[in-house]
Amino acid sequence: MKDGEPHDGKVEEVEIHPTPMLDQLEDGPWPSFVTGLKRLRDSKGEKYAPMMNDLMGQLNHSYENRKGYWKGGVVSVYGYGGGIIPRYSEVADKFPASKEFHTLRVMPPPGFHYTTTILRKMCDLWEEHGSGLIAFHGQSGDIMFQGVSTEKTQGAFDALNKIGFDLGGAGPALRTAMSCVGAARCEQSCFDEARAHRGIINNLLDEMHRPSLPYKFKFKFSGCGNDCVNAIHRADFAVIGTWRDDMKVNQEEVKKHVAKVGRKYMIDTVISMCPTRALSLNDDDTLDVDNKSCVRCMHCINVMTKALSPGDDRGASILIGGKRSLKVGDMMGIMIKPFIKLDTDEDYEALEEFAEECVEFFADNALEHERVGETIDRIGLPSFLEAVGVEADPNMVNHPRTSSYVRTDDFDEEAAKWFERKATEAGMTVAGE
Amino acid sequence: MSTERVVPRTADEVGVPDHIQYMHPTLVKNHGAWDWHDRPRPGVLHHVAKSGDEVWTVRAGTQRQMDVYTIRTLCDIGDDYADGHIRFTTRSNIEFMVSDEAKVEPLIAELGEHGFPVGGTGASVSMISHTQGWLHCDIPGTDASGVVKGLMDMLHHEFVDEQMPNRLRITTSCCQINCGGQGDIAINVQYTKPPKINHDLVANVCERPAVVARCPVAAIRPAMVNGKPTLEVDEKKCICCGACYPPCPPMQINGDDSTKIAIWVGGKHSNARTKPTFHKLAVANLPNNAPHWPEVNAVVKRIVDAYKADAKHWERMGEWIDRIGWNRFFDMTELAFTKHHLDTWTGARKSMNMSAHIHF
Repeated sequence: MKDGEPHDGKVEEVEIHPTPMLDQLEDGPWPSFVTGLKRLRDSKGEKYAPMMNDLMGQLNHSYENRKGYWKGGVVSVYGYGGGIIPRYSEVADKFPASKEFHTLRVMPPPGFHYTTTILRKMCDLWEEHGSGLIAFHGQSGDIMFQGVSTEKTQGAFDALNKIGFDLGGAGPALRTAMSCVGAARCEQSCFDEARAHRGIINNLLDEMHRPSLPYKFKFKFSGCGNDCVNAIHRADFAVIGTWRDDMKVNQEEVKKHVAKVGRKYMIDTVISMCPTRALSLNDDDTLDVDNKSCVRCMHCINVMTKALSPGDDRGASILIGGKRSLKVGDMMGIMIKPFIKLDTDEDYEALEEFAEECVEFFADNALEHERVGETIDRIGLPSFLEAVGVEADPNMVNHPRTSSYVRTDDFDEEAAKWFERKATEAGMTVAGE
Repeated sequence: MSTERVVPRTADEVGVPDHIQYMHPTLVKNHGAWDWHDRPRPGVLHHVAKSGDEVWTVRAGTQRQMDVYTIRTLCDIGDDYADGHIRFTTRSNIEFMVSDEAKVEPLIAELGEHGFPVGGTGASVSMISHTQGWLHCDIPGTDASGVVKGLMDMLHHEFVDEQMPNRLRITTSCCQINCGGQGDIAINVQYTKPPKINHDLVANVCERPAVVARCPVAAIRPAMVNGKPTLEVDEKKCICCGACYPPCPPMQINGDDSTKIAIWVGGKHSNARTKPTFHKLAVANLPNNAPHWPEVNAVVKRIVDAYKADAKHWERMGEWIDRIGWNRFFDMTELAFTKHHLDTWTGARKSMNMSAHIHF
């Protein structure tokens, strides 16, 4: 008998659980996941049909009692310690076929691109091994293959792995990363998000597959300040595209825009909304940009996509320490590297090295169940900067400290370092030109 | 007993797959060389490359939690219209790229035929970013996909039109960990009672020092009950956050009456105009009446309608409230401002108005 085949070669006839609560979620114009669950449940002859019948029964039971009935556990595949989210039912006596309903977290390609061919392969293998239910994508960015028994988990992973996919992160480990569509289709992209994404994660895979960090560590990559993958809020290490030369202005297109929308609307929606008052409208309806005051927020570029675009000297900012509520409350990343150039192989290698250094710092210094943002708060930003070899920069703060409770007897030495660094930078700029 | 050992296959640790092999050929050809874009109609993006190549993207809503039949239907549409390539957005919308403008309208019609709403671009309500809920989470206070379906049914017209002042991003979370993230409107479980402890199970199930350490307000301490080592909660200190429940399931935080819903407003990820912000409490203690959450939906609708009617173009929810003041926000949405809106957590003082600026 082949693995996974029913014992008598037939699928047992089962009684369909009534699902009056879920049935209410089939009306209305939005696509219904309940209708999808029913398609799986009613797939005559498919091995997963009884599992989905019991899954729907349990979900309806949750709706009736307003209570969840899954508990965790430990399930993994050979050689890996993470990537599977185990789920065991607490009401398996009532719903035995879905008593084990684990999820495989699978890393997506950067930018979430797929061919229909690869999606069909995923569907086929998930019908063979799992429930037929797949989520594109979880909040962590993973493709979530939801619903597999412990026994079939290894086979499901092997099948996915053979078509070129790998498990993502779970537990105290490097987690699956996300990147925006970026350079693939967006003119506002300031670096090759996918390259940075693959470079960093694939360099640190061991930390994902064999969890041994104090807690989770997430990377996210957005090509500009619009931050379409929510990196500053959600990532321990956010890479956000930016540029350091002047933004590009096509004045003829600016004039066309003003002619189209009117001067008042242009002033209300572009000029007045610039957060640093860096824009003004000239008398001839061209745009005056104070690039030294521009903070690369993206607003005017979002409004006038044809007239304005990021500059040519592109790269990224790195913000560190974003996370959700547990346990000290939500935190956003802090600006740690205002600008890194991302152009050459060496630039991307330097980013990978810095990422590795930050993960190593986290592994060595964070307390158990502490995110790196909390570690930074605990030890103070200066200590973190010293540990990862970054100098203090005014872009790291909204304003300098307001408390006098600090020991400043080495202030002159620190100031000397600052002037030395400024002189070096100025020298490099001159040399570069 | 067989002595034969089955050696499992050793994984090929491929990591993050190469995206280029899956990308639409027009995107591959013009990678990093796009010039500008516009939106010819809601749900459609039009990108023009420096090479002169053009690509039209048609965006449609999905249920995120998809059965293989739905995925294959989307694949059929992708094969017929989009050269066999698709992508997904951060908010689980599907996108079809076509390099021939003539395919756009038939593609939209085909998606409509199969019940996939086209929209979610520009100044619209996009798909709600949400969590797993009762379907698959081990600690949920409510469902995710179900209540999101109900909300998106209500907001369907705001997905397919672009009639909002700016993007309106909604999130839901089934516990206070807030995996759904920050949103213009965030609809999150809010626990209202301390955990109910099953003292018979704690010693066997929970690593007690780790649970004690997990509490944000140091309200948990070791105890003996009926001769068994367990944990107890100082209910005067407890803030009912549920942080102890994941590491210690016998400390049940959910109750059918005590698990409530709170609505938060003004969160924003983007750096456009204002810096990113966290969402702020609008209302708490709404009943968790899944599947349709009528009380929650009514409040969401009031907030959406007030924002739609009063915000200026390009103002996000939080920016609109910054301009009109919280006074008027609570008036316009007919919500109460209470002592619970005054933050008491670390850094709370920074949220207070330390100026003579007031709104009437």
